[in-house]
Amino acid sequence: MNKEFIKGLWKENPTFVMLIGMCPTLAVTTAAINGVAMGLATTAVLVFANVIISSLRRVIPKAVRIPSYIVVIASLVTITDMVMAAFFPDIHKVLGLFIPLIIVNCLIMGRAEAFASKNEPKSAFWDGLGMGIGFTWALTLIGAVRELFGAGTVFGQSVFGSSYQPVILALLPPGAFITMGLIVAIFKAVELSYKRRLHHASRPVSDPGKLSVGQ
Amino acid sequence: MLQGLFLILVSSALVNNFVLSRFLGICPFLGVSQKVETAVSMGWATTLVMTVSAVVTWTLERYFLLPLGLEFLRYVVYILVIASMVQTVETVLAKTSPALHRSLGIFLPLITTNCAVLGLALLVSLKGYNIVEAAVFAVGAGLGFTLALSLLAGIRERLEWADIPAAFKGAPIVLITAGLLSMAFLGFTGLVAQ
Repeated sequence: MNKEFIKGLWKENPTFVMLIGMCPTLAVTTAAINGVAMGLATTAVLVFANVIISSLRRVIPKAVRIPSYIVVIASLVTITDMVMAAFFPDIHKVLGLFIPLIIVNCLIMGRAEAFASKNEPKSAFWDGLGMGIGFTWALTLIGAVRELFGAGTVFGQSVFGSSYQPVILALLPPGAFITMGLIVAIFKAVELSYKRRLHHASRPVSDPGKLSVGQ
Repeated sequence: MLQGLFLILVSSALVNNFVLSRFLGICPFLGVSQKVETAVSMGWATTLVMTVSAVVTWTLERYFLLPLGLEFLRYVVYILVIASMVQTVETVLAKTSPALHRSLGIFLPLITTNCAVLGLALLVSLKGYNIVEAAVFAVGAGLGFTLALSLLAGIRERLEWADIPAAFKGAPIVLITAGLLSMAFLGFTGLVAQ
């Protein structure tokens, strides 16, 4: 385990902290399993793209780097699309349009530009894997929450029992935005209260004046 | 014929709004919606690129990829077309209308990674539209994108004066606002039979 891997999981989490790659995040998370599948497909592309771009970083001229990255990413997505169509046809059908749209997921382009183009393949691999897994658990969480309220199940397992009246809204498009908004707000609230406690502990007792002032 | 085109237009702009019900183009939707003015500029620029690239990818699909059996190259070809269309539109605008170029300039490069553009090109080939239908579909999608973007920008301008709980400041309140907008757009469901 190294720091390139760890950072994507929490501190620089692509979904909850950086809010990138929102289209698939909102579109496919009607069930936890879709989140896992989308996350893993994106992770595969991200890891390979990072390693390839990092290995070619001295070969690709600066002026044409963006088109070159796009070609690398688009080819990897084409391969992923075919592999998924061949081995996981059901999930491939559910994710549909959003598999080719991995090409324009800003997460992949962003890591290529911000990390892989400046670092050696080994750390680019760990960076890609960490960011990918960070993206995957975030999508799985959103999927699980929406599935829980929208269908009363998580990963297809009944949670609330058969008498549960599902909140269909959670599965409809507005539910995606609202669930995502609430989850980010909860994360923020936890962070704020953590910061406040840290602030509280480090401040001398004689100066309580600024304690109640929020951000 | 005309009626069919009109239905495609209304359906892509309102009923299946690209942003609010298909989740395409969320990044600019959340990122470039602080001000109504910039949101509208971004919307027009995107509409322009969408329409041009939908027509070009349609032509390439029909006369190049399909006859040669190169469908597996579709994604690579499409994204390259979009990237070069963005570049072309930028160059043409800079030459022909410097004023418009100044106001749209900074947004144009961002459009390449707007998934609404690639999504549109892929949807066109999925739905098997002819070239006129593809163009109308693109214009409708662009208008819908512009509408959603400027509506959200208008609300966000007002939100600046609202007293929002600390935890909801920034992204959360914008996402929830977008959710409410999307709920309003659900009202269009059934306007056009799919």
